[in-house]
Amino acid sequence: MISKVRPHPTQNESLLFETSSPGKAGYQLPKLDVPPVDARDALGAQNVRQEIPDFPEVSEVDVIRHFTRLSTWNYAIDLGLYPLGSCTMKYNPRVNEAVARTEGLMWIHPYQPDALSQGAFAILAELERALAEITGMDAVTLQPAAGAHGELTGILLVRAALEAQGNARKKVIVPDSAHGTNPASVRMAGYEVVNVASNDRGMLDVEALVRTVDEDIAAIMITNPNTLGVFEEHIAEVARILHSKGALVYMDGANMNALAGISRPGDYGVDLMHLNLHKTFSTPHGGGGPGSGPVAVKKPLEPFLPLPRLQHAPSGWSWNYDRPQSIGRVRAFYGNFGVLVRALAYIMAHGGDGLNRATLDALLNANYLRKLLESHYEIAYHAPSMHECVFRHASNGAIAKRLIDYGFHPYTVSFPLIVHGAMMIEPTETESKQELDLFADALVSIAQEVKENPELVSTAPHSTRTTKVDEVAAARKPILKWTR
Amino acid sequence: MDPENLRYTKEHEWVRVEGDVGIIGITSHAQSELGDIVYVDLPKPGTVIQQGKTIGSVESVKAVSDIYTPVSGEVVEVNGLLTESPETLNKDPYGTGWLVKIKLSDPGEPAKLLTAAEYQAFVGTETS
Amino acid sequence: MLDTIGASTLEDLYSHLPEDVCFHGALNIPAGKSEYEIVDYFRARGLENANSHANFLGAGVYHHYRPVLVDAVVSRGEFLTSYTPYQAEISQGTLTAIFEFQTMICQLTGMDVANASMYDGSTAVPEAAMMAMRITGRDGIAVARTVHPEYREVLGTYTRHQSTLVTEFEYDPESGQVDLESLEQALNETTAAVIIQSPNFFGVVENAKQVAEIAHAKGALLVFVFTEAVSLGLLEPPRDADIVAGELQSFAIAPSYGGPFAGIIACKEKYVRQLPGRLVGETKDANGNRAFCLTLATREQHIRREKATSNICTNQALIALMATVFMALYGKQGLRELAEQNLAKAHYLGERLWRRFNGPYFNEFVAATGVQSPDEINRRLLGFQIVGGLPLDRFYPELRNSVLLCCTEMASRADMDAVAEAFGA
Ligand SMILES: Cc1ncc(COP(=O)(O)O)c(C=O)c1O
Repeated sequence: MISKVRPHPTQNESLLFETSSPGKAGYQLPKLDVPPVDARDALGAQNVRQEIPDFPEVSEVDVIRHFTRLSTWNYAIDLGLYPLGSCTMKYNPRVNEAVARTEGLMWIHPYQPDALSQGAFAILAELERALAEITGMDAVTLQPAAGAHGELTGILLVRAALEAQGNARKKVIVPDSAHGTNPASVRMAGYEVVNVASNDRGMLDVEALVRTVDEDIAAIMITNPNTLGVFEEHIAEVARILHSKGALVYMDGANMNALAGISRPGDYGVDLMHLNLHKTFSTPHGGGGPGSGPVAVKKPLEPFLPLPRLQHAPSGWSWNYDRPQSIGRVRAFYGNFGVLVRALAYIMAHGGDGLNRATLDALLNANYLRKLLESHYEIAYHAPSMHECVFRHASNGAIAKRLIDYGFHPYTVSFPLIVHGAMMIEPTETESKQELDLFADALVSIAQEVKENPELVSTAPHSTRTTKVDEVAAARKPILKWTR
Repeated sequence: MDPENLRYTKEHEWVRVEGDVGIIGITSHAQSELGDIVYVDLPKPGTVIQQGKTIGSVESVKAVSDIYTPVSGEVVEVNGLLTESPETLNKDPYGTGWLVKIKLSDPGEPAKLLTAAEYQAFVGTETS
Repeated sequence: MLDTIGASTLEDLYSHLPEDVCFHGALNIPAGKSEYEIVDYFRARGLENANSHANFLGAGVYHHYRPVLVDAVVSRGEFLTSYTPYQAEISQGTLTAIFEFQTMICQLTGMDVANASMYDGSTAVPEAAMMAMRITGRDGIAVARTVHPEYREVLGTYTRHQSTLVTEFEYDPESGQVDLESLEQALNETTAAVIIQSPNFFGVVENAKQVAEIAHAKGALLVFVFTEAVSLGLLEPPRDADIVAGELQSFAIAPSYGGPFAGIIACKEKYVRQLPGRLVGETKDANGNRAFCLTLATREQHIRREKATSNICTNQALIALMATVFMALYGKQGLRELAEQNLAKAHYLGERLWRRFNGPYFNEFVAATGVQSPDEINRRLLGFQIVGGLPLDRFYPELRNSVLLCCTEMASRADMDAVAEAFGA
């Protein structure tokens, strides 16, 4: 019973290079109002290129049709539930897109005089304040471009703070349930990764932790709620343990959408954390980015924040570069400003109460789905769920593909790594009961199919323009660009 | 099944001794756990290595597994076939899917490794 | 729904949380606002910024015209509201577009492989440097002082804790190009990469071929950086480089106060396994039809964790899509004509001012301000609704009374005349 199949009228769209024909073009330039310059004279003949081989030659209509057709081959939140665990695929309000395109915000140059950018400063300051309030922290940098970039920034802050005390130490603890960016960021910041195992409730094993923490440990990176959707109950105690050894607590706040308004990490010992504005604060994922990963810190870490910092004087806002203890720049300019604008618009639309309510709805939707599915799939850990839940099934990959035939995007497959056959489901707060019921029905029906018609499931999807894609062939003989 | 004339490690490598050279590969169990192998990273001939150290890795689409050498010595040959056809490792892990040949610096090492029966018993406990 | 769950209130859903982690207060954030109020707030902030000024700033962020079609495409919900294309069967739109993007970046740069994007040009540089260190097994980096100063700062932040020695080498005060003697001195057998930018921060076109020869003779790789992608429409591509790290902001990406932009790293084929970031490859589906998917993912953090080539996960996909649409629209002929217009505009103004450097320049150049200070000139220009150039002493103390000016296709002759006049030319 396939209920949401869409036909695709555009089966045979070619690549731009294949539709190209000499002389076609989709651009218009004004007539040059200055004398033309001979490139070979101005630049030297050796510096001037021949024409770009095989670069597209297509018309404006070709371009809009091409990309519109391609777009119909994508699934998207705008088409339905997108329950990727850990990714927080919530509705992306269109007002955010509209305000980010405000003329005076979109066309401002980062090096124009500060006096001409006061509106931008006001937005940044307002967002910093709101994020500090939501996290219970004292200061925020908006510079990091994504979660992983925030992690790197955060661990560099840890290093700078410890170095200032005389010893940067050598290692950072990362639980085995952590996202892959955590250990990778630790390494980029020059630390060794110490993995610790979770206990049988899917939480940090406090006893194991006590044994691990010594004078070499600089920090722990703890995701909360963790990647199983479980709140780390002992986080306050973990913080005490780390602090007693002079180490810091970094929280991966990618899952802050489970906490906003009900729990503030800054209130119980977390020293610093990052947020994913492209998750919790609804900025669109755009097929993989852009994002924004602000880092919020407690007071003692503030001097180390990346350059530059906002500063206010009676004459107005400006950038402060005079911060000798700073870790330096983590990127050019001041952050993914356009994304920051969208996030502030989201916060303004919700207000404090609304953020709280969104969190509760996220918990409601996740727990509702968990209940509907619990009798059909094995839950990985019995601890209560926050904003997402993780089941396990030996055929998790095939079931995911079969979900596509029912009109849904799959859940996150095989993550976290500590759950064999993980099916990680995060509905987010913006889904209706109707959509959740449809999704649960689909999964229940597939559970039956796995038993009665495994072939149907293992060869899915059957309803898409593109059937199962051969990823093995792609990796064995990589073809990474079009050639004639 | 795992051939009797080879010696095995708990990291799922095997070694076959021919004169003063050890031919090294990964076990059938290892290749089947990894699934379709898409890439094999091997050391350069001439590399001198110690038993138990990584000499490369094998990759499937979604996993990477380090290869630890079961014997010490100098790499004298690597299996060029695997660059072109990594799937050979899936098809014939004990034959044409060998990885490297190492000139043994301690000919006593292989005898201390697991026998086929011991390896099978180990795999049995690991998966149960 | 609560009944199904077996809870009586929403608050029950987190009653298992320990008391010491619960926040009982109300967030100090003003009550939710309507759509109209939000639009109004941002309009007001926009009006507090420079509006409808002509702009002669470049320095890594360029005012180019953005064709209307770009936003028409990226506003489609199917592109805007989809995630990273992990599920290939329902992500062929994004995957196909990225494949086209990778192809066009290769065509433009002369490299064999290009990734699906980095955060921006400034972070692409340290990633390229680390890539070179992995490839060569060396840990020294030599970077030209003519590489964007903020990019060099980011390089410093990233490498400081990796036991990397970063050495800067000088520019020739006459030409504004790399000083080859200083470069030679900066190199030794621990140098993994030489990093240059062209057109460089002064707008001057470097002799990449010569630099490559010197780098390669010492066994180092050449990392070629660009911040003004439009220049690739006219300039010889950096074929002699081993790795190219660039910023695509010029390709229909709004200045937006410095982000979001899209960086790229491209390289020679043999280095692909050390490339950071996502890659899309061509393959077939079960019916034998052409299809695309993410590939060589074992380089990445979600598989290789601490041994990954980078920690990058979320990249700048939608922004890269803007650049893709831009490249398709302008195409072979348009990109060249656009570049030629930039060249003509910059030379119209540049030839009237006292230029600091005599090396060839594309659409940016350094002008000496003579007896006036840059601030005086810029203040005067603001009176005409013109944002003047960037005073360079901020980054180069030795370059006092010098401004970096940029003229794109959007610079009108009248405004350029006004700038020339303000300089007293
Ligand atoms: C728990 C967690 N941490 C970190 C990240 C990394 O964030 P980003 O993709 O923005 O770099 C993610 C998401 O991808 C995540 O789910």
